Amino acid sequence: MSISTLRQQLLAGETTPAAILERLSGEIAARDARTGAYLSHDLESAIVEASNADLSLPLGGIPIAIKDNINVLGQPCTCGSKFLAENYTSPYDATVIRKLRAAGAIPFGRMNQDEFAMGSATENSALQTTRNPHDPQRIPGGSSGGSAAAVADGTAISALGSDTGGSIRQPASHCGVVGLKPSYGRVSRYGLVAFASSLDQIGPLTQSVEDAAMILQAIAGFDPADSTCLDVPVPDYLTNLNAGVKGLKLGVPKEYFGDGIDPGVRKNVEAAIQKLAAQGAEIVEISLPHTEHAVATYYVIAPAEASSNLSRFDGIRYGRRATNPADILDLYKKSREEGFGPEVKRRIILGTYVLSSGYYDAYYGRAQKVRTLIRRDFEGAFQKVDAIVSPVAPTPARKIGAYADDPLHEYLSDIFTLSANLAGIPGISVPCGVTDFDGGQNLPTGLQILGPHLGEAKLLQIARAAE
Amino acid sequence: MPSFPDVPAMPHSHIDVRYVANLARLELSDDEVATFQPQLEAILHYAEALSKLDVTGIEPTAHPAAVFGRMRDDIPHKSLPAEAVLQNAPDQAQGQIRVPKVVTDA
Repeated sequence: MSISTLRQQLLAGETTPAAILERLSGEIAARDARTGAYLSHDLESAIVEASNADLSLPLGGIPIAIKDNINVLGQPCTCGSKFLAENYTSPYDATVIRKLRAAGAIPFGRMNQDEFAMGSATENSALQTTRNPHDPQRIPGGSSGGSAAAVADGTAISALGSDTGGSIRQPASHCGVVGLKPSYGRVSRYGLVAFASSLDQIGPLTQSVEDAAMILQAIAGFDPADSTCLDVPVPDYLTNLNAGVKGLKLGVPKEYFGDGIDPGVRKNVEAAIQKLAAQGAEIVEISLPHTEHAVATYYVIAPAEASSNLSRFDGIRYGRRATNPADILDLYKKSREEGFGPEVKRRIILGTYVLSSGYYDAYYGRAQKVRTLIRRDFEGAFQKVDAIVSPVAPTPARKIGAYADDPLHEYLSDIFTLSANLAGIPGISVPCGVTDFDGGQNLPTGLQILGPHLGEAKLLQIARAAE
Repeated sequence: MPSFPDVPAMPHSHIDVRYVANLARLELSDDEVATFQPQLEAILHYAEALSKLDVTGIEPTAHPAAVFGRMRDDIPHKSLPAEAVLQNAPDQAQGQIRVPKVVTDA
């Protein structure tokens, strides 16, 4: 059930915030053992909050599931890692949580994810496996896989995720829900455990575009606690939501429709674009010539930033500490060895390497310059079109375990989503039908819509028309 | 499966995984070194494609929406109380975090 429907029921007195939580708790008990989306949930404290919910607020009485890398006061925040699984309780609310509470919402549930958001399948969670509700043999996508799977499974109304290279949009696509990555700087990152600070953004995963607009409305805006959060007025994202696409120009980047796309994905995405054309949008072929370099650029920059950000996990102030270390250096090394899983270690080593003396210019310095070229590709495109439409991922959800020993292969599947993070622009994934793939039937596919920086209002308007 | 861009078959980039892991304060097992070595070489080799691009005169992008020189008003504000910070410390005593001896005896 969508946020807007529940809000109507709440305002009509047909249900109560506590009743909604009790019902969700029942859905979790009935189905989450199969899906594995929730790492934990605290019904008791949520019911207490629900009893004080102010229904006059825009999200009054609505529970929202939270990815387990966003701090909520008094709750765990494991980041899907053994490092934080046992002995960390958040001492404060992230700014997005403070804003959600101010809008009347109730944070409810901690959602599984790839460890420190590093992955595209939620298989890198050190804590549990999350399965795609459409086919439990398959991944939910990632890294916000728990958030996407729960919304698709009906065990959550909506959720927050984080997106560093597609981690909201790709699981949304794989699970058949809406996922929005806002523009860089639109939403505060304060209280989000940092993976790659120049790429990370928090955003909603929801059952409808309208719900995504409602949550963005609540969480967007300036925050003095995050120096990269922009002091720019937040428009009303609901006013023009149903204004349609008549007269809008939509760019189709030829580089996003090359070989390697599953035929079912291609067919569904092309049909979705035709649907927008039938509503009066003008479809224009465009080029984003540096697309082929996006994966390499991203997998230099993101690990570089991660290696720096994750140096804070040293076993001193919080999280795991190795027992009986020989000295302080031994404490650091053993705590990190015990606490981090293989993908996190790979990326820390990779990031340390590309930042090290002698390699910095060749890898990191060069990747930052190519990032400029990728950004310019989009700036040029948005001179000609209002938005860009493309697939979210080259294939529907694959089977669990398919790329276990081949990280590079897994990285390549992020090709369509990570450019938006490099360029800082907003992107949304909207469900566009189902297809059969690799022995699986009726697997969801997603249409990605990308807009210019801070262009969320028009992006949501186009997404609503594509819904 | 996606076939683009080409996955290099014969990686030749060299990274001394154990040396770099030590820089990152990671103590790897022999098995981990053996697993990571070819994986990281393949990734680095793939990233070498960036060297083919001409980036002469291109400014690097560090942040996609850079904000420079923002100063907040110089007004004191409440920080987390010490107890809230210390509650997550693995070892603490007398309101402080306890660690192994950092300075060796003179």
